[in-house]
Amino acid sequence: MKKKLLAVPYVVWMAIFVIVPLLLVVGYAFTTRDGGFSLENFKTMTQYWPVFLTSFRLALIATLICLLIGYPVAYWISRESANVRRIAMVLIMLPMWMNFLLRTYAWMSLLENTGIINTFLQNIGFFDLINRIFGTDIAYFHMINTPGAVVLGMVYNYLPFMIMPITTVIEKIDPSVVEAAEDLGASGVQVFSRVIFPLSLPGVLSGITMVFIPSVSTFAISSLLGGGMTLLLGDLIQTQFYGSAYNPYLGSAISLVMMVIVLVMMAIMNHFGEGEETAIY
Amino acid sequence: MKKNGVFSRLALLLTAVFLYAPIVVLIVFSFNSSKSRTVWTGFSLEWYQDLFEDSRILSALFTTLEVSVLAMIVSTILGTMAAIGFFNMRKRPRSVCMAVNNIPMTNADIITGVSLMLLFVFAIGVFNSTLGSVTGTELKMGFGTLLLAHITFDIPYVILSVMPKLRQCDPNIEEAALDLGATPWQAFTKVVLPEIQPGVVNGAIMAFTMSVDDFVISYFTAGSNTSTLAMEIYSMTRKRISPEINALSTLMFAVVLSLLAIVNIRSAQQERAAARREAELRQKN
Repeated sequence: MKKKLLAVPYVVWMAIFVIVPLLLVVGYAFTTRDGGFSLENFKTMTQYWPVFLTSFRLALIATLICLLIGYPVAYWISRESANVRRIAMVLIMLPMWMNFLLRTYAWMSLLENTGIINTFLQNIGFFDLINRIFGTDIAYFHMINTPGAVVLGMVYNYLPFMIMPITTVIEKIDPSVVEAAEDLGASGVQVFSRVIFPLSLPGVLSGITMVFIPSVSTFAISSLLGGGMTLLLGDLIQTQFYGSAYNPYLGSAISLVMMVIVLVMMAIMNHFGEGEETAIY
Repeated sequence: MKKNGVFSRLALLLTAVFLYAPIVVLIVFSFNSSKSRTVWTGFSLEWYQDLFEDSRILSALFTTLEVSVLAMIVSTILGTMAAIGFFNMRKRPRSVCMAVNNIPMTNADIITGVSLMLLFVFAIGVFNSTLGSVTGTELKMGFGTLLLAHITFDIPYVILSVMPKLRQCDPNIEEAALDLGATPWQAFTKVVLPEIQPGVVNGAIMAFTMSVDDFVISYFTAGSNTSTLAMEIYSMTRKRISPEINALSTLMFAVVLSLLAIVNIRSAQQERAAARREAELRQKN
């Protein structure tokens, strides 16, 4: 029996709904409204260079923060007992399965000038204290509608994607390898830096990928927490396909360039990860 | 390895606080008696009442469930078939297929959404100007295109969770069934399917959650008249925000929480059963 043939429907499906759409993006990127091959979209795009810079800068910062928080958290979780680990994993996944727009929207309530954090700080007399010490006159911290709030939104939404793969990889490290290092006289720091960290790199790489890609392409977070002040690539692409600036040719070109830059960055990163396969959990 | 100290436990707790602070805020203010989402004025259930009278939200909820269930069914069947097919391929074509299969998972959502939108606009345009104008039918983006998009991004997750189960399967068992006179279909339903069933169920659950949770791809493929819950929430956050959204999110959270509890209790039971079976086997040997 030819069991291979069972894959035929999905192979056809992939050709139509995965390959052809990507080819269309490439095709649209190199044409204009009048049709015919043209590089004009890429010329027009140069005016949006600052948007590229902002997007990649904010996404890099968010990824770095996720790594700095996520790695220790993953490391500590993997040292807990099996039951605690199971509960911790569920607790980390649970917010992820709630609509991200709702969660991001809740941050607005927390971060606003008259929001919950500022009201709380005021009620405990924190601002009075600061004003008395520094002779200032502040009534709230300005947090919403700043690039910092956008980064916070990214970190908040994608932190689980950093913690999960790293935890999975550290959990799988054979305890006898760690014991061997200890028996051979390695100190705690050495065990971590020479054994555990190198062995956890595949998890780190897949965590970075899974945080960076959605961060650089997000389009709702910036409009909710950035108040439309911080234009990101996702917003730029969205306005090319919906709304007044309708221009799918330019939108495709921006998407294509973004995709290529991300692919190149990932290739470079995986190269420095010494070709280790990224862990998919 | 050493156990965690006070400092690391505290850090874990802080991370949990960070992850859950907005969710607690959402839930608490769903019971607020005024429209404010920052000032507590008293307990009330009026937003829940309003929610169930809001036909826009309810129809969006219905669309979401409809598309998620349909996409789950189609992608589970197609994905399981594809996983078996891939598994029986030679190494070269299999790795090509798996690479293409990974594209929708690793690509940015917005690119998947935009590229599918281009495909649908293009295909519908071609149809309407040829066959459509002859037969007098006009196609539009809507529930159909939304469903196609959802199936496309759901299948990779089904394949990813069925594949490992196929690898664990002993091929001799199926051959034994065939030798003993089972038809290929019987061998599949009575022998192979029970073996890979946990992977299939897991894949179906993942496909369903991915569909319910998706916003970006739906946004680009649903057209202007169809709206999922996430799209409705998005349009609400841009205009006037009603605490009905909080009530809705609280209910959704409760549903997800109970689903996760069921799944985890299930897998814990399965693990225990597997451990018991293994122990029995070891005793026999």
